[in-house]
Amino acid sequence: MKKIFLMLLVFLACHSIVKAELTIEITEGVEGALPIAVVPFGTPGRGQPAVDLAEVINADLQRSGRFKTIPRADMLSRPTSDREVEFKDWRALGVENLVVGQVESTGAGTYQVQFQLLDVYRGQQLSGYSIPTTASNLRNTAHRIADIIYESLLGIPGAFSTRVAYITSTRLADGKSRIGLNVADADGHNPETIVTSSEPLMSPAWSPDGMKIAYVSFEGGQSAVYVQGVYTGKRQKVTSFKGINGAPSWSPDGRKLALTLSKGGNPDIYIYDMRSRKLQQITRHYSIDTEPAWSPDGKSLVFTSDRGGKPQIYRVSAFGGKAQRVTFENSYNARASFSPDGKLLTFVTQDEGNYRIAVQDLKTGVMQVLSQGRLDESPSFAPNGSMIIYGAKAGRRGVLAAVSTDGRVRQRLALQEGDVREPDWSPFKK
Amino acid sequence: MKKVLSLSATITLSLLLMIGCSSTPTTEGGAEVSEQSTGAGSEMGAEGSEASTSAASQGEEWYGDPLENPNSLLATRVIYFDYDQSVVRSDYLEVIQAHADYLAANPQAVVRLEGHADERGTREYNLGLGENRANSVRSLMMAQGVADNQMVVVSYGEERPSAFDNTDEAMALNRRVELVY
Repeated sequence: MKKIFLMLLVFLACHSIVKAELTIEITEGVEGALPIAVVPFGTPGRGQPAVDLAEVINADLQRSGRFKTIPRADMLSRPTSDREVEFKDWRALGVENLVVGQVESTGAGTYQVQFQLLDVYRGQQLSGYSIPTTASNLRNTAHRIADIIYESLLGIPGAFSTRVAYITSTRLADGKSRIGLNVADADGHNPETIVTSSEPLMSPAWSPDGMKIAYVSFEGGQSAVYVQGVYTGKRQKVTSFKGINGAPSWSPDGRKLALTLSKGGNPDIYIYDMRSRKLQQITRHYSIDTEPAWSPDGKSLVFTSDRGGKPQIYRVSAFGGKAQRVTFENSYNARASFSPDGKLLTFVTQDEGNYRIAVQDLKTGVMQVLSQGRLDESPSFAPNGSMIIYGAKAGRRGVLAAVSTDGRVRQRLALQEGDVREPDWSPFKK
Repeated sequence: MKKVLSLSATITLSLLLMIGCSSTPTTEGGAEVSEQSTGAGSEMGAEGSEASTSAASQGEEWYGDPLENPNSLLATRVIYFDYDQSVVRSDYLEVIQAHADYLAANPQAVVRLEGHADERGTREYNLGLGENRANSVRSLMMAQGVADNQMVVVSYGEERPSAFDNTDEAMALNRRVELVY
């Protein structure tokens, strides 16, 4: 008799191992986007900042698809405060809003950033801030400024200073794979690998406070659910029952995880209390029940079940009980999650043989297919509800893509090499 | 020989039972593409069974570990599934019977039944589908007298493909249960 023990190598890393940046390409924008000019920020004094803040702000606004940004070459002047602005020059360019500012060195590696958002037609300031920052936080400061501009002009918070978690897979020369769990800024910069393994990693899910990520790892030769501190690297094994341990989803208060366990013989939905470490079984059905997601009020869960023959989305109280079917449109609907306001569901639907991202209005039941790929999967709402990020295929390669909730703006994000998949958009920074 | 016959009768019976009560239909995708891929799946199966049939003609005596005999049915360690199915195809019953016989004769032996799915459909749902496939093999083995604690079921869903193309043939190779001793 021969037993084969799998040698499983797992490396844990708090620091970045792979510095492969995601590049973002806007594939489709909105007609009637707001024309805006972000003038290069003045840099008085010594200690030139390493980051071009205006460029970062400009890229954020453009990427959202809601703004039409003006190239620097078209700018007739480069004012750094409202006192230097000739509004009529900007009106001539068709610009409606103008961003001007300065980054001033205030010591070793510290800066004071001032900016003003100006209404070109009224010649008025809409908002203006002075923000102290450090050299390593300059990009974050730029994202915060983009958030303020977005909210001032569109009335909803920007999601530029958020992050995205995702899985990467690289096939090595020896035929094995290196799987990574990564986090990056929402614009693809500052990628950090927080777990790598030779065995599959799956289903990353941000905690509501943005400090932890729950995920599935096969490092022990079978699936187990872990929770890991994003910034501490400290991790905890949550469940490793016989069979499937999968699909973790945080309750809105961050105290519980809904997950899938097949310890009872087939996959069912359970709720795990992080404090008491007690499990509560929510569904009890011989079919596959999986992919739970909480409603924003914490009162109910949606999940995927093939109890009716094919996978469809069902909704059940967080206390259990009878589940009600939610999707009826196509023969395959799976992996649903709620929009931050709880009004929409996004999920994967089979649309004429392709797997695509859809949204469904929970009140009217009307479903709309948003994506155009062949194997689109893992949709995740931005915390402001404006966009949905998802995994797609470009040829054989896994890429990330994003689409606005109304389907009008599209972006594609790609790594230089390897597969990228299973994005999960972080909550707002607290 | 008689024993073998009765065993295969049992296997056939349990398969019929499984088909009869396949009340848990499984999906990797939907109806639209199913016909093409089922075709591809059967083709793959035909190849698989051809390999095992030739293995069945046990040429010479083998004196070593039966698991290492390349001419034995035990050398077949992968069972392929049709699109949208977790029921074991009849052409694999001999293979499963050979493994069941081996495990029944070697109660200390343990096998991992690793279930897999192709890339269509969502990842966590495919974990469930891979587990259903591994459990189908497990049920057949148990019906042949293999003890529960001799089998470990693990589903990898679509996470560990054995073929990386997006052709129907590659996807057929990924819908499988691997027997790992």
